[in-house]
Amino acid sequence: MRWRRGSQFATAGMAILALVACGGSSGGGGGTTALNIAFLPKAVNNPYFDVAASGGQEAATALSGQFKQVGPSEATGAAQIPFIQTLTQQNVSAIVVSADDPDAIAPALKQAMAKGIKVVGYDSSPAKDARNVFINQADSKGIGVVQVQMVCDEIPGCAGEIAVLSATSTATNQNAWIQAMKDELASNSKYAGLKLVKVAYGNDDPQTSTTEAQALLTSYPNLKGIISPTTVGISAAAQVLKQTGKAGKVQLTGLGTPNLMRAFVKDGTCKEFALWNVKDLGYLAYYTAALLVQGKIKGNPGEKFTAGRLGDYTIDPNGVVLLGPPFVFKADNIDQLNF
Amino acid sequence: MSTLALALSRRWESLLVILLVAFIVLGSSLSPFFLSGSNFSDLTSNLMEKAIMALPLALIIIAGEIDLSVESMLGLASALLGFTYALGWPLWLDIPLVLVAGATGGLLNGLLVTRAGLPSLVVTLGTLALYRGLASVVLGPRSVSGWPQWFTDFGFGDVPGTLIPWPLLVFAVLALAFLFVLNRTWIGRQIYAIGKNKEAARYSGIDVAKMKTFLFILSGVLSALAGVILTARFSSARADNGQGFVLDVVTSVLLGGVNIFGGEGTIVGVVLAIFVIGVLRNGLTLADVSPDTQSVAVGALLILSVAGPTLVRRISAARPRRQLTKPVSNS
Amino acid sequence: MSAQAIDSPSNSALAGRLGLERTLTLVARLREAGILLVLLAVVVIVTIQAPLFFSVSNFEQILLNVSLIAIVAVGQTTVVLTRNVDLSVGSVVGLVAFASGDLLKEHTLGVAGAIAVGCALGLGLGALNGLIVAVARVPAIVATLGTLYVYRGLDFLIAGGKQVSAIDLPHDYLGIASSSVLGIPTLIVAAALIAVVAAYLLRNSGVGRQLYAIGSNPAAAEVVGIPTQRLIFGAFVVCGLCAGVAGVLWGSRFGSVNALAASGLELQVIAAVVVGGVNIFGGSGTVVGAVLGAILLATIENALRILHLSEFWLLAIDGAIILLAVGTDAAIRGYFQRILVRTGRR
Repeated sequence: MRWRRGSQFATAGMAILALVACGGSSGGGGGTTALNIAFLPKAVNNPYFDVAASGGQEAATALSGQFKQVGPSEATGAAQIPFIQTLTQQNVSAIVVSADDPDAIAPALKQAMAKGIKVVGYDSSPAKDARNVFINQADSKGIGVVQVQMVCDEIPGCAGEIAVLSATSTATNQNAWIQAMKDELASNSKYAGLKLVKVAYGNDDPQTSTTEAQALLTSYPNLKGIISPTTVGISAAAQVLKQTGKAGKVQLTGLGTPNLMRAFVKDGTCKEFALWNVKDLGYLAYYTAALLVQGKIKGNPGEKFTAGRLGDYTIDPNGVVLLGPPFVFKADNIDQLNF
Repeated sequence: MSTLALALSRRWESLLVILLVAFIVLGSSLSPFFLSGSNFSDLTSNLMEKAIMALPLALIIIAGEIDLSVESMLGLASALLGFTYALGWPLWLDIPLVLVAGATGGLLNGLLVTRAGLPSLVVTLGTLALYRGLASVVLGPRSVSGWPQWFTDFGFGDVPGTLIPWPLLVFAVLALAFLFVLNRTWIGRQIYAIGKNKEAARYSGIDVAKMKTFLFILSGVLSALAGVILTARFSSARADNGQGFVLDVVTSVLLGGVNIFGGEGTIVGVVLAIFVIGVLRNGLTLADVSPDTQSVAVGALLILSVAGPTLVRRISAARPRRQLTKPVSNS
Repeated sequence: MSAQAIDSPSNSALAGRLGLERTLTLVARLREAGILLVLLAVVVIVTIQAPLFFSVSNFEQILLNVSLIAIVAVGQTTVVLTRNVDLSVGSVVGLVAFASGDLLKEHTLGVAGAIAVGCALGLGLGALNGLIVAVARVPAIVATLGTLYVYRGLDFLIAGGKQVSAIDLPHDYLGIASSSVLGIPTLIVAAALIAVVAAYLLRNSGVGRQLYAIGSNPAAAEVVGIPTQRLIFGAFVVCGLCAGVAGVLWGSRFGSVNALAASGLELQVIAAVVVGGVNIFGGSGTVVGAVLGAILLATIENALRILHLSEFWLLAIDGAIILLAVGTDAAIRGYFQRILVRTGRR
């Protein structure tokens, strides 16, 4: 009796182990030169990344390549790993990824690269040795500085307590910008009156961002300004300021998309905020990945290339390509862009 | 186990094997990339932490209790590992320390359930929150990386020359050990007895409290081990590692034929169930179905797996009993 | 697993002396008083450290945060009283929140219509839970674990990675969360109303008493002729409805809804219910207790923030409180047992 059950177990176990142990090679050649490029953002239910995806789609159409976007619903590094593995199994030609956690996804990305798949970082870079090129939307320092500048402009007298409502605590880009903000606040005497009291994390989740924003208002009653360098965070904070009636008393700025923030800019909840052309970011990322796949560039520092309608770019010594300077949105220009 | 329970269990395991094969067929029809060694390797390595936690949980549920805190113990272990490593302590010291912490957490669960007599559902609900909270206190929002190459290779890589992930080896050894202990030793017999009828077990001399406490400690240690492996696989120690795991782990155990009320269940069934869910999820993932949508299938599977046998039992109980003895023929 | 419900045979002697009604009431009131005392203690201690804490606007903030959880906790209490549990409430709230938000976004329905559909959806999902538990006889913990997965998966299917943002929603809808009735925020009034109605019905109606009976001794309840399966089904329907109401109000409160909304809510609700003195094995506990439990947990969270203590302690403290609450309940029950033994009335 026991043997029968044992043999069932053995059969099933053998089958699995055999496949795992011997298993035929799965596409040993790596990526192909046909353009099958996948975008893997921090999370899929994020309007910011949807806009970037539309840019990627535009580039795909221009180059007659394939485009798809996959990603986790929660912005954690751990959640991105299975997607990278799946894309590797599916033998895509390139992965364009925005990293929730630069180190967590590095082993999986390196495995993809070992198979010949090109890896391009965008928005938030994976570890340097786990990607071929990183497309940065703007100079990290510049992004941090412009936000401090904006909050100073908004707060009467440029003095008082300010707080930052960020996304996840490990996101490369967020930490780079926040560090730039801290450096700027410390070194530039113009901001001597401003005091950064807290960095809160909304995890790019509307609910968490709302609760964190409320908590900031409760724990720091003298708060004069909130900087939120993430679309989900800034719209949640704007909503909270309006609901609690603090709009106008506590200033708000950061990074957001014009469509989400239009109403708040027009009614004064958020006087100005910045961003870049997110669609162009996606376009450039796809184009760069395509050029890598086709072998037209290698990803080495100093290489120059032309990215379709966007023009010429050069890869800097760190393997980074800059899209351009950040763009400041105010009431008088917010109707110009639609995304 | 009683003969009836044994018979039902074997039937259940056969069903699981059929399901497993069916899902493998489904997976290969949905995507050409499914049937490959490296895919199975990936699929398996993603499962191993949950699989390791499912083994002691199966024993706990058979014994009539439950442990919801496993995922938080995993997170706490990861956080402690990261914390001690960041302090500069070497891994050969950190890992055993973390396992001891797991044992302590399990001990707390065990004592609250056996000495204080509190229901395990609520106790482990509390420790689910408590241990996750402690993980946050220890490590905060940061993550610790920069692990030695051998550690990362162990978590993420395969045994050289094969496609077998190292953690699979660990799990295989543990599974065989659990199988042996549950089926062939007095420990296993006691566990089933406790699950079937706690009072009867106590009257026949079994130290119920000690056994249950031991099981909770075992769960704590293995959850901590899973935490170490997860940290290696992600090469990142974080307080929120393992968040959301407990549902999959409990589902694996229940789908594996373990009765939620205790007294019935097998390790073979649980192992099969782990792979059934893993293969199903993997097949759907390769077909670009998002993990959250996959949950509809997993949830339905769980409900049907319990509703099915329950309905079968009710129908067979309702049918009039045949004569149990043949009439004696007079010569 | 042995249940120590308050009207089990061993307590019947005490019950005989005081009368069953008054025993239940006595213990319930004691427990509620206990939470109130702890609440008071927390308020006093925190106010001394940070006078800011003791303000109308801050208390309002706490109650607003609690209101949605409290509504769901009312439904959960109804289910737990019958010795069951509903783990799927978070998924129900999320699914209803997104569905009603989406209906408003696409202008398929007006505010009133969306609310009606949302509540009906919650009711329906609760009914499905009830069917699986009462008809198919799947243990509640398994059934609702399964539907937690299924409902959340359906949520993702219809959401498909999109979200409903504040700009998509009509002003009247968003206005619900920021409006007030006689100076008290609408959400708080709604939660209070639901709690009061439920508490009254559970205590004073025949159906309410039957629910308690089912929880303390299901077999005996059957024997006495109580339609247990039908009532359990009804309890799940009520729970689904409460979750539906909370889901409808969710979008108004948070402005943005995506498929992840209300993930993990079930644990918060069960924690509140347990802290509130509701016995996880059914048969005892009150809605008022559950709501007080929710308020206590929310107050502590608020206190941590005001005191600028690391919010990372929050979860650990929540866990410790759950353990303490359950331990206290067990101790109280043990105390009653010992009284009975000593007075020889066993």
